[in-house]
Amino acid sequence: MSVNVFSRRALQATTRRLAAANPSTFSKTPLSRLPAPVAVAMGQHIQYRPAATTQISSSAAEEILASQRRHRPISPHLAIYRPQITWYLSGLHRITGATLSGAIYVFGAAYLVAPMFGWHLESASLAASFASLPILVKIGLKALVAFPFTFHSFNGLRHLVWDTGATITNKQVIITGWTVVGLSALTALGFTFL
Amino acid sequence: MAALRTASRLAAPTRSFWRPSFAARSYATITENSSYDTSASRPPVSPSKTSTVEEPKPDKDARIKTFHIYRWNPDEPTSKPRMQTYTLDLNKTGPMMLDALIRIKNEVDPTLTFRRSCREGICGSCAMNIDGVNTLACLCRIPTNTAKETRIYPLPHTYVVKDLVPDLTHFYKQYKSIKPFLQRDTPSPDGKENRQSPAERKKLDGLYECILCACCSTSCPSYWWNSDQYLGPAILLQSYRWLADSRDERKAERKEALENSMSLYRCHTILNCSRTCPKGLNPAKAIAEIKKSMSFA
Repeated sequence: MSVNVFSRRALQATTRRLAAANPSTFSKTPLSRLPAPVAVAMGQHIQYRPAATTQISSSAAEEILASQRRHRPISPHLAIYRPQITWYLSGLHRITGATLSGAIYVFGAAYLVAPMFGWHLESASLAASFASLPILVKIGLKALVAFPFTFHSFNGLRHLVWDTGATITNKQVIITGWTVVGLSALTALGFTFL
Repeated sequence: MAALRTASRLAAPTRSFWRPSFAARSYATITENSSYDTSASRPPVSPSKTSTVEEPKPDKDARIKTFHIYRWNPDEPTSKPRMQTYTLDLNKTGPMMLDALIRIKNEVDPTLTFRRSCREGICGSCAMNIDGVNTLACLCRIPTNTAKETRIYPLPHTYVVKDLVPDLTHFYKQYKSIKPFLQRDTPSPDGKENRQSPAERKKLDGLYECILCACCSTSCPSYWWNSDQYLGPAILLQSYRWLADSRDERKAERKEALENSMSLYRCHTILNCSRTCPKGLNPAKAIAEIKKSMSFA
């Protein structure tokens, strides 16, 4: 029994080596068209892919893999994510915060150096120059300052409440989000026409 | 810093001719003078510029729905990703997005690549961005309105392995980093299992059900810009699962590991995570609880 197995293995190995060495002529011989059980017994059921491979060290292989991975794209993100009240308000909160604090820094610095350059940034002269603007520009300017301020204030309260662990469910987040938008728009309008 | 880098990557022209090649980012070019755009942020080719693969067996009363699917083949590393359009008859397709993907792969285009396993929302393999929201394809119904076209992308801001398959290696490494297992020094009093009261066990509800599909983490803009150091909502939910466990005895070490500006505090309560969780869990709440316990400890 064992002799039989060994001889069959030896035959399989030989045919396999033959096929690998010279696949085209081998496939033309009648050996390749043997009936299924014989083909299986002789290793003919194994697929051979005519691809040349070379032995390289594992560090070289790592390098190839790393260089291939460097060409992978990053899947799209900001541009394709659905507009939702959650991340839109968060973005707006950051933008308004940066705008407001940036504006106060710029004005503070300008006020500080105003005497050196002879600028007139006192309240009285600012009010006077503002009063001379056309009415539509006045409304626009006031709304432009009022909305970031009211929105950032109300949404800031929302963030403070979240830090206590309260009102963090999807439904509450949506309700409070739209409430903040409505409230800040209303109060901004109020400030604009004050 | 990372946010700035990403923003500038978004704003920068894909190939700039006034920037000398030595100043260009080197990580996504094949050679110094490559004429291909292989930057990681190269956008997909729009579906109007790619071919459409039609429903194989259209009927007279077919309900034809259009799917735009993100494709990228690593065997052609210099190629741009593209949005491939497929049309399917909904009468011959199962009700879920995963059914549509499987039908495309079986009958239309066998090269389409995606992960799937359980088809019932328990394995988390088929997490992807469908119509702009991260969810599991197997739990997402195909909208029956055929006028509306569906767009399917891999999970946002992940490296693409192929088509809809994202590289989650780093995500899993982050999971490993929080030591997601029970750590105890004292043996249980009677030498048997470590017991909990029903009330203590109840604290783990809504935490242990997480299947780590990465939907929430990849929906978080903060995680998009800082995934190298910020742990992200999924991992922080798991972190809280061990902090809330009455049997665990390494709470101090666990909190210590989170006590830095990046791991935990890059959460800016954007709350996309809870909004998108396909299992209905609340990672944002868990993160808020961690922050609270850190400040009142």
